[in-house]
Amino acid sequence: MRKLIAHTEIEVNEEGYLTDFSQWTKEIGECIADENGVCLTDRHWEVISYIHEKHNKDEPLSIRGIKKSGVIDVKEFYSLFPGGPLKKATMIAGIPKPKSCI
Amino acid sequence: MSQTKVKKMLFILSKGTIENAYAAFVMANGARMEGIESEIFFTFFGLEAIQKKKLEHLRVATVGNPAMHMPTMLGGLPGVEALATKMMKKEMEKLDMPPIGEFLEILSDSGCKLWGCKLAVDMFHLKEEDLIDELDGIITIGDFYNRADQEGTHLLFI
Repeated sequence: MRKLIAHTEIEVNEEGYLTDFSQWTKEIGECIADENGVCLTDRHWEVISYIHEKHNKDEPLSIRGIKKSGVIDVKEFYSLFPGGPLKKATMIAGIPKPKSCI
Repeated sequence: MSQTKVKKMLFILSKGTIENAYAAFVMANGARMEGIESEIFFTFFGLEAIQKKKLEHLRVATVGNPAMHMPTMLGGLPGVEALATKMMKKEMEKLDMPPIGEFLEILSDSGCKLWGCKLAVDMFHLKEEDLIDELDGIITIGDFYNRADQEGTHLLFI
């Protein structure tokens, strides 16, 4: 599925997740955040760079991983990305939705 | 973004075996991760999961559990339940499942409300200090029904 985000045609799946991370830019992240009612601050970007780091290392993301990350705690994570934090954060970060149940 | 009509999940955990506690915790956490509200009401043996001294010692039932594929006589031998529990915990750790105490912290930080059942707390002669600090309060079943305050609320008994 193609979608116009930040004046660029991007490949996304039916849920709106980028299917090709190489197409991701900060502007695209900002547009997706905006669509999801999230206004990105420096704190959000710190979390997104942590998510990219994990993704690059092929390490699965989980809420327990967030707790242990040392970057952010669970409470703040929920307040930064209200209504499904891992789902939203990964969508903004341009990586696939985590498959884990925890 | 989400298509679900489920807005709030209320769980009643009445059993004190590790697999039942995890069932409630995984579902309650899974709800929060999807942006769905969730709350857990701990009653009867479910209270074991929120007692400071007991929560890390929950066990899997090896007797009266056909899915263990173990003769009941064998399941009742000393140490078998502990061994089965140890093996299960090892497998859970591999999947990055947090231990009970850490899971409760995650749930509480995620905004999942945790309640003790007043009747069961009184019956087992428990005091507030016996229960985890993350507990949101000790309430009656009536109070818990009142937490079902919106369309799309579901209540599940475990």
